[in-house]
Amino acid sequence: MSLKNNLHKLKEKYNGTKMAPLFNGFHTFLYTPNEITHGGTHIKAADDLKRTMNTVIMALVPCLIFGMFNAGYQHHLALGDIQAANGFFGATFWSWDNLVVGLWKVLPLVIVSYGVGLAIEFLFAVIKGHEIEEGYLVTGMLVPLIVPIDLPLWMLAVAVAFGVVIGKEVFGGTGMNILNPALTIRAFLFFAYPTWMSGDKVWVHGAVERAQEIAGGANVDAISGETVLGSLAQGHEASYSVADMFFGMIPGSVGETSTLLILLGGLFLIFTKIGSWRIMLSSVVGALVMGLIFNGVVDAGWISESSKFYGLMSTEFWHHLLIGGFAFGAVFMATDPVTASQTNKGKWIYGFLIGFISILIRVFNPAYPEGVMLAILLMNVFAPTIDHYVVQGNVKKRMKRLKAKTA
Amino acid sequence: MSNDITIKKGLNINLVGEAEKTTENAIVSNFYTIRPEDFHGITPKLIAKEGTQVKAGETLFYNKDVEGMKFVSPVSGEVVEVVRGARRRIMAIKIQADKSQTAVDHGAFDVAKADAESIKAHLLASGCWVFIKQRPYDVIANPAKTPKAIFISGYASAPLAADYDYVLQGKEAEMQAAIDALGKLTEGPVHVSVGKHSNSPLAGLNGITLHKVSGPHPSGNVGTQINKIDPVNKGETVWTINPQDLVVIGELLLTGKFNPERVVAMVGSEVKSPRYFKTKIGSEVSTMVYDNGIEKDANARIISGNVLTGKHIKPDGALDYYSNTITVIPEGDDYDLFGWNKPIFNKISTSRALTFSWLNPKKKYDLNTNTNGEHRAFVVTGSYEEVFPLDIYPMQLLKACMYKDLDEMEALGMYEVAPEDFALTEFVCVSKQPHQKIIREGLDIMIKEIG
Repeated sequence: MSLKNNLHKLKEKYNGTKMAPLFNGFHTFLYTPNEITHGGTHIKAADDLKRTMNTVIMALVPCLIFGMFNAGYQHHLALGDIQAANGFFGATFWSWDNLVVGLWKVLPLVIVSYGVGLAIEFLFAVIKGHEIEEGYLVTGMLVPLIVPIDLPLWMLAVAVAFGVVIGKEVFGGTGMNILNPALTIRAFLFFAYPTWMSGDKVWVHGAVERAQEIAGGANVDAISGETVLGSLAQGHEASYSVADMFFGMIPGSVGETSTLLILLGGLFLIFTKIGSWRIMLSSVVGALVMGLIFNGVVDAGWISESSKFYGLMSTEFWHHLLIGGFAFGAVFMATDPVTASQTNKGKWIYGFLIGFISILIRVFNPAYPEGVMLAILLMNVFAPTIDHYVVQGNVKKRMKRLKAKTA
Repeated sequence: MSNDITIKKGLNINLVGEAEKTTENAIVSNFYTIRPEDFHGITPKLIAKEGTQVKAGETLFYNKDVEGMKFVSPVSGEVVEVVRGARRRIMAIKIQADKSQTAVDHGAFDVAKADAESIKAHLLASGCWVFIKQRPYDVIANPAKTPKAIFISGYASAPLAADYDYVLQGKEAEMQAAIDALGKLTEGPVHVSVGKHSNSPLAGLNGITLHKVSGPHPSGNVGTQINKIDPVNKGETVWTINPQDLVVIGELLLTGKFNPERVVAMVGSEVKSPRYFKTKIGSEVSTMVYDNGIEKDANARIISGNVLTGKHIKPDGALDYYSNTITVIPEGDDYDLFGWNKPIFNKISTSRALTFSWLNPKKKYDLNTNTNGEHRAFVVTGSYEEVFPLDIYPMQLLKACMYKDLDEMEALGMYEVAPEDFALTEFVCVSKQPHQKIIREGLDIMIKEIG
């Protein structure tokens, strides 16, 4: 008897029991089910939700792998063990030592994210008796990529539990949520444990530990792990070259640093028609417009160099695309189809405002110089409103047609 | 007068098993089956009880709400069985055909001298009215209303659909008679559309407004054409008729007899040599299916109609009242190892997520009935719009139907659509939602609440 037949028998056995969703979850992971069409179209296209989600994960994998190397690289660089890498293929970056640190620090984040999130999904599926939906496959991969490397695992677990239950399940599960679950998790971390989510000590593995040692009286150098955004917000010059920022050899959340790989992932999503090019493109445009406005303010001399906003305002407008989490947010978070605008016209507006507000918050929020998360969450809330007005345009056209006829 | 309609949004589903352009006579069926469910929303009142002898064109049952609307027998013979379902609902009426056929003779009808009322009465009494459908609601037309226009699509863009240019050959006289009669029933024009590069016999008819259609499916759907030519507003009615039914109407007017003969395309990858058959409405599909290479125990699905909108019928089933295609495709009740992540070359997809049908849009596929995934909530957005040419927001309308908000359904354009307009969005749906069923149920609620 083959595996296929054995699983089929098990499926029959579990059919109708409480455990059916759980078993089907595993079964459909191995085999696309033997379900046939009833009524309606007799044939169906090849795509299903699993394939869609899987495509997004494939686009994220390069960012994950790069994030692992970068975690080790930033750690060793801060300790002074290695020289700065020369370009994207620099030997000191793609080293075994770096990867080991990355695996050691990043894999637990991935495991905790998936473990806790999927456990809750399975639990809800069994309680509510519906099939396990694939939404968390992507969320579970996004979460480890948007948190600082040294985040304690228990905090991540608590945040994931909060995000999945409050952000998604209470609304009815995948497809029904209003806020992006991954960003809900990050926002929870940010407001519950701010000292672990911002500042200049959390972005490089070992920095927090070292700071504690110093406080304890040890005679060692502190590790500075400031992000580019952080130093700009302080009014310092960025200490990284544009190439470093584009390639991603800078401190930051695990997977958000490499604009190059995010760009490749974005192009892959656009090519496969899984991600919305409208949202990606319009959010870039929105960010550039806001950046240009701020540059204009600086050029016009309306702001003095002593202002605390001067550092970020005077940053060249297109650098905003390279630093912080903007690129990652625009490509992977803003495009979540459930929480974004659903109409094509709405997507243009939605994306543009995300870019625009991201840079606005980034410049004017001195405590936490990153605006993408808040901008996307804000626009998630407004997306249904945008759609409403877009759809009303269509409705009005119909009403007008009727009036022209009856008048 | 000719107006071009070019459709950009849509999808041609190219399947294996297109019918070769030769026609043969199907074996004459012994039994004919009429299923009241073909006539959506009609409550039948049975006249021909079991054991009754009927002629071709004689009333089997009538519409309980519009008593004049008769539904007639396609052949002469004996009503051998009335199959009833739950609550004694009539599921099927089975007629054993006589060896020598006799038909009710209504006498030739002079359209030129007749007025609208007498044409209506004639069509209703002879059983030809059932071929006239209306929008809104996609049901048999209400004879009490006058339509603002009549639409006939002579262009079949659905997968493996019978080619109207071929099946209508030589039927110009009948179609002209039908058009003349129908033209008197509407204040507006009779819109007839044909393929842009076709030599359709429809194009030469008088008294029509001709449109030339090009573009991928659903450009041939009458709903698409209505939306582009003259959309239905609230309170308005349009009628639609299939071209092959024009022939039946025309023949009745010319000869006085109801002749349900029809050229049917027998298509699909399971059919050995796909071609056309001359047969009658209601005849058993076994008269065509088994002589053509399909094994008795084949794991195949027989569809009366095309793969997108047709009805699943059993091997002992019958050709339904409105179809001119029988499609036979393999069932897909098998598991597929890692079907959700491996590259797919042998199935159609509108994405490029490791699916490769975009490489070769002309390739013909042998698709089966597997759903290729499980039913999910709506997640992906923007994919329906790519295959939906109507000026309507498809997902918003579907959702309005699901939460039964009548005002919203009305505002979003529910009066303009029929379930078949949502066949392509259902095909591409990543969440495997039953779009046509959702729309049908939405329309039914509207009939009940608004009328």
